[in-house]
Amino acid sequence: MATLTPTPHTTQPSPPLTHGVLPRRTPELVLVGSAVVSVAVMSFLGFNLYGIGALMFLLDIIAITLISRRVEGPRRGTDRMVTTLVYGAFALAMLPLISLVWTVLSKGLPGLSMAFFTETMRGVIGEGGGIAHAIVGTLLVTGLAAVISIPIGLMAAIYLVEYGRGRLAKWVTFLVDVMTGIPSIVAGLFAYALFVVFYGPGVRMGAAGSVALSVLMIPVVVRSSEEMLKLVPNELREASYALGVPRWRTIVKVVLPTAVAGIATGVTLSIARVIGETAPLLLVCGLTTSMNTDLFNGRMTTLPVFTYYSYATPGFPPEAGYDRAWSAALVLTTIVMALNPVARVISFIFAPKTPGR
Amino acid sequence: MTQEPTSATTGAALRPTRKSRGDAIFAGISKSAGVLILAVLAGVALFFIIEAWPAVTASSDEIPEGKSLLDYCIPLVYGTIIAAVLALLIATPVSLGIALFISHYAPKRLAQGLGYIVDLLAAIPSVVYGLWGIVFLAAQLTPAYGWLAEHVGFIPLFAGPASATGRTVLTVGIVLAVMILPIMTAICREIFLQTPKLYEEAALALGATRWEMIRMAVLPYAKSGIISAAMLGLGRALGETMAVALVLSVGGGVSLNLISSENPSTIAANIALQFPESSGLEVNVLIFTGLVLFVITLAVNLTARWFIARRAEFSGAN
Repeated sequence: MATLTPTPHTTQPSPPLTHGVLPRRTPELVLVGSAVVSVAVMSFLGFNLYGIGALMFLLDIIAITLISRRVEGPRRGTDRMVTTLVYGAFALAMLPLISLVWTVLSKGLPGLSMAFFTETMRGVIGEGGGIAHAIVGTLLVTGLAAVISIPIGLMAAIYLVEYGRGRLAKWVTFLVDVMTGIPSIVAGLFAYALFVVFYGPGVRMGAAGSVALSVLMIPVVVRSSEEMLKLVPNELREASYALGVPRWRTIVKVVLPTAVAGIATGVTLSIARVIGETAPLLLVCGLTTSMNTDLFNGRMTTLPVFTYYSYATPGFPPEAGYDRAWSAALVLTTIVMALNPVARVISFIFAPKTPGR
Repeated sequence: MTQEPTSATTGAALRPTRKSRGDAIFAGISKSAGVLILAVLAGVALFFIIEAWPAVTASSDEIPEGKSLLDYCIPLVYGTIIAAVLALLIATPVSLGIALFISHYAPKRLAQGLGYIVDLLAAIPSVVYGLWGIVFLAAQLTPAYGWLAEHVGFIPLFAGPASATGRTVLTVGIVLAVMILPIMTAICREIFLQTPKLYEEAALALGATRWEMIRMAVLPYAKSGIISAAMLGLGRALGETMAVALVLSVGGGVSLNLISSENPSTIAANIALQFPESSGLEVNVLIFTGLVLFVITLAVNLTARWFIARRAEFSGAN
């Protein structure tokens, strides 16, 4: 703190009470300057985009810190350094996102065609074929998972918010937390271990995949529904009770309609969470080349598993398999990403239309 | 807490039996949904133990690779932990930076949109991360690994020989770090935003710079939240399967070397790679490793919850 309090007793001229301030655009100018210098240095040493980026960041952070320390004092200097680091962290996080989207788009788009969506892989060697069977499989497996998870998850949330008192509710809350952390591959093993009991070793079927996905989906549904039900003001419930409405009708007619927008959003996001899951389906759904619409009979291809196997075992020539893998990855990513805005639209549609909001 | 409407009112008095029956049924249904969740978890534990038991009792020459169960598990556990810890070491500072950027640095109007962009990373399926890791990232990192082995090879971590494909445990750590960034950022961001405005304004009023304000007001308040975010991220990284299965080039046992092509596999990736071709006792062994993974992630997640619970007690927010 010595720098803050000027000492008037010294013989030297007292330091200024306020430090100078750098002009507003200094950080930008320093950034441009370090970019120019790093491009110059790297074109001398050998052109490398990553090298330029790293050097630019390093130069920028050193330059702005030193300049600011000199003009504005050490505290401002540290502040400028942290600001640059924080901006840098965000820029760094954008790199993989941009690179991922670019890689998937550039490698996946050429393989997309009408046939890719309408054909299966039955009898296909080399080029051609499509993912119709995988899309159908994904929709069926995820659909059944939703049919299992949504009622259980929603009713459990209602239990926790509206009825839950005492030890049982505490245990359910705790175990939902535990379920949230179950790794997806463990959920897959669980579904396998469960179905082996009924169908014998080596069982592969779509329904087992749905059970595995439900284990992952139920805690998400419970958590989000619980949050939404808690947001419903108690006055609404009390007003309903005061009118003599029984508790269950209050829940069905007052509480749920008030919370339905948030619940629908949570459910959509929980579907987005499981629809891209690969590991459990790899274990219990397996892979087949033809269309299978029977959830309880035999292997069923899903989009993520198809993507994985198209890359891991591409066949001959391998390029055809790789191309299919990227196109399927593009379709899968698009589906998952599209579910996020869909969730927003759903929440908008279901939002209770009360005047004055 | 008796919120039951009394039957003194006329409307309710007309149908008391129907009312109580409907209530009983509805309460029963919702309660059984809660019980079902208990049953599912009990089932997970039970079926796991049933299916894993043959592996425990089997003699060592029946286990794949002819080792004892312990020797089979140790490299896998080591690989799992090293990959996850690498991911955590990379992701923690970056996610703190992003969270601070969104909560305290970015212009207010942009902040929400930027948060949404980071959340997009969470929407990308793990198999796509795997493809990206093996095709793009591994190829880009190969020259860097060669450089590391050549110049800082005296550090055991970079001893080399460097992998020619880039499919190393360090690449896996980076891919996992990207995958756990969104969840860690989201939690840190929420907690940074919850810092009482009064603390922040008090710090600024005393003449603190923005960084000093963050160091004195925001970070102490968010400390346990940051720890729990890191633990949850670690839990995710431990259980991540497909990215590791695709990217990692497996071979050899426990080794400190991060950039060679001989890496111990992780539990999850090993299951995904071996399970489809396994039968008989091999399946039981894999299920046993799954049980080990379950226990590890459970311990990590419970620690995270413990930190969150402790914070809720002390924060005074409730």
